[in-house]
Amino acid sequence: MAERTISWGPRASNKLIGSETTRIDGLDKASGFAKYTADMNQAGTLYARLLTCKHGHAKITRLNVDAAKKIAGVHTVYLFKNEGDECNWDGDIVAAVAAETADLAEDGVRAIEVSFEEQPHVVDEQDLEAARAAEATKEGIVDRTVGDPDKAIAEADVVHEGYYGIHTISHMCLEPHGAHCSWNDGDDGPKLIARHSTQAVSTTGKQFASKFGLDAADVRVVCNFIGGGFGSKFAADEWGWAAAQMSKDTGRPVRLMLDRATELKTPGTRPSGFANVTLAAKKDGTITAWKSHHWGTNGPQGGTIDGNQMPYVFEFENKKVEATGIKTNCGPNRAWRAPNHPQLCAITDTAMTDLAAKLKMDPVDLYKANLGQLDKVAKENGDLYRAQLDRASELMDWKKNFHAHGEGGTGAVKRGLGVALHRWGGQSVKCEAEVRLFEDGAAQVSIGSQDLGTGTRTVIAMVLAETCGLPLEKVTAKIGSSEYVYGNPSGGSITVGSVSGGTRRAALAAVWKLLDKVATKYDVDGSGLTVGDEAVWSGKKKVCSWKDACRLIGSVPITELGESPLDDGLTSKLVGGVQMADVSVDTDTGIVRINRMVAVQDCGLVINQMTAKSQVYGGLIMGIAYALSEERIMDNQTGRYINADMENYRLPRIGDIGELIVEMYQPDSEYNRGVVGLGEPPVISTGAAIANAVANATGVRVPVLPMTPKRVLDALKGGQA
Amino acid sequence: MQEHEQQRHGPGGFNRRDFLKGSSAAVAATAIVTAEQEALAQKKGSAPVQGPGKVDVTLTVNGKQHKLSVEPRTTLLDALRDQLNLTGCKDDFDTTSCSGSDTIIIDGKAVYASTRLAIEVQGQQIQTVESLRNGNNIDEVLSGFVKHDAMQCGFCTPGFVMATRAFLNQKPKATLKEIQDGLGGNICRCGTYKGITACALEIVKGGA
Repeated sequence: MAERTISWGPRASNKLIGSETTRIDGLDKASGFAKYTADMNQAGTLYARLLTCKHGHAKITRLNVDAAKKIAGVHTVYLFKNEGDECNWDGDIVAAVAAETADLAEDGVRAIEVSFEEQPHVVDEQDLEAARAAEATKEGIVDRTVGDPDKAIAEADVVHEGYYGIHTISHMCLEPHGAHCSWNDGDDGPKLIARHSTQAVSTTGKQFASKFGLDAADVRVVCNFIGGGFGSKFAADEWGWAAAQMSKDTGRPVRLMLDRATELKTPGTRPSGFANVTLAAKKDGTITAWKSHHWGTNGPQGGTIDGNQMPYVFEFENKKVEATGIKTNCGPNRAWRAPNHPQLCAITDTAMTDLAAKLKMDPVDLYKANLGQLDKVAKENGDLYRAQLDRASELMDWKKNFHAHGEGGTGAVKRGLGVALHRWGGQSVKCEAEVRLFEDGAAQVSIGSQDLGTGTRTVIAMVLAETCGLPLEKVTAKIGSSEYVYGNPSGGSITVGSVSGGTRRAALAAVWKLLDKVATKYDVDGSGLTVGDEAVWSGKKKVCSWKDACRLIGSVPITELGESPLDDGLTSKLVGGVQMADVSVDTDTGIVRINRMVAVQDCGLVINQMTAKSQVYGGLIMGIAYALSEERIMDNQTGRYINADMENYRLPRIGDIGELIVEMYQPDSEYNRGVVGLGEPPVISTGAAIANAVANATGVRVPVLPMTPKRVLDALKGGQA
Repeated sequence: MQEHEQQRHGPGGFNRRDFLKGSSAAVAATAIVTAEQEALAQKKGSAPVQGPGKVDVTLTVNGKQHKLSVEPRTTLLDALRDQLNLTGCKDDFDTTSCSGSDTIIIDGKAVYASTRLAIEVQGQQIQTVESLRNGNNIDEVLSGFVKHDAMQCGFCTPGFVMATRAFLNQKPKATLKEIQDGLGGNICRCGTYKGITACALEIVKGGA
């Protein structure tokens, strides 16, 4: 710091950065003191409930809300659709009713006279021929050939052909999407306050503003805590507008939260993908060709997973990739933690493990044999995979425990190991941080950011405290309101980098101003001053305490704005990771149990080891969910999403996750490249690793995730036939 | 995993079957009250029906009595959250089942607040998560959740805290397996089970 360059301090000098630090808002979250959108009990609040379509595809032939409006306690009805409009999926929202209590709003919903005329629907996303027969496909949305895959396949030592797939899942935020809106008639403050469950505190305000003809400055978006988003909560959304409109109409605050079923059906899903894959290789494992055709759905739009990144992580010399989208009467997709990547991985890394089995090779060795063929993005992050594969192998005791394909034991319960790898971007984006130092010694950072669970408040507090040489409890960190300076929407694993870079820059600038004042007052060389241990130092000599220094600030606080991203080394991009699974498969019941998961993950400079590791644990557990139990189940007959509740949308419980071993890969080279985002990558390769472990245990590929007992038993039957 | 019904074994636990039994017990209890009321009502010559309008209830929450006016259909969850502003029990807005984010303790047992009506828990001791934090007096489960980072978004966390508190009260010497079974009635979407398990294990071993 003495040289006054923008940088992180030497690694060894850090007191807080890189430590395991508990969340500064942890006690508020755990004790229920933290207030989420639906926790705002503003006096006079009206509660809203929704009428939704109960058909896969239908036309509204009658819609009359008069009876609903006549119910005592019902104040207003907002129409999402009108007579004659079509509903394109089960759960498409028709109307909202706001009343004195939620129960009365529900009475209002029931009193709405509505009739639907059913239309033909398509909800099967797996049966390509059926979709073609129903003319629901969009053919050739990707059709790309590089080199001569057919020739390479003809000349290969070994060719593997396989079928793989991964079903649609919902975001299943435990706090549903929704908003609590109120209008302010006074001259002061914003006209509309939207307490909105959002991943984008600084950018949703303008969506409310434009809808209601307000200046963006007249809308304040507040989200101090958000109960899960996972990529689905970026927009104001029509239900946000509905809450605001109903509040405007009634002069009362309105709380509109989606009910659980609608939450699962409407505000986002992760697209499905099913693929026929052909891989060709030399005897030594060098892959010479990839061919794939995949299909699936992202809902009414008719897309599937991104074919431009197929195969995943690798760029083979010869390849042909084709994709077909299916237009379905299923809820639309939204970004789901690492969009496309888990699906691409579940298709690529499974096929690679099956190829390894055919080559009688250890899949870890197959990866190593092909590290010269990484795609452009993975290559740019350097050859970290070799070291990560080795480290993960040590943690899993892979060499000792790995056995040949299908040799998982003679009893009914077979045990096996699987591996997969992933990459991600995680580069910082436009973001600002405001740091203020006050004459009483207070230090504060504020950003119009949000905390999806990564620990944003804690991260920026740690950076500010480290930079000021203060203990963590002596700084304050404010996020969660659009009144603060611009924070990036949290999507793409970009937040920790963006906010910590901005905070560091602002804090350094503020501290330097403070040191200038100290230099003048105490007649020392300002450029030689540093802060630490709540004091200002000139070399090893204490000049004054932090408090004494801050007294020099006077009544006008030092205020500095730090911007992100800048090319000054505080942040960078690209991460990689390797995951391994150890599973037991009961071949009588089809039940797969996780024994152990290993994750080795790089993400540059780690600000907080504790919350970073928590992200990886969380990724593993979400991965276990979509690998083994979690899926949207559509009923072909009715076109409905039939498991849209907490009981039947199966998520792992606390006893279902086995032992989780997480290691952040962080040699000094990682520290030196600055902060890179981490939120999404740890969820990517979990599914493929578990699927590969099941195949290794049983010798049979369960082709489609999630590997429910039925799918396991079906595969075992087919495999033994 | 599919076959593993959410279960809470042991004295403080319940599984779905016990839960249904519990519900019928609650119905039976209501029936007894109703029979008494009926007898009383017959004396007075009026019908014993409660509602559909608002009725007065008294709830004992965190040791204090609260007089409320609720519709008979009002859930305990809505009464606690919307009327008493005790929003630590989180509403996941499911009408058929529950993630456990609304777990509270009634007469020593972990209960989903959305599965009880406000009118049926009068006279019972209701404890919400807010009671575990009084100024600097912090329950070891709360401090343990913080210490082990047993949270991400935090939405399921207070419910998990209450499930853990109730479970450990009943099973202070629980094994890992018992902890896993005993806390199987709550769901976390972010994936914080490792920290929760570590917290419970540490308390069992005698030091948070």
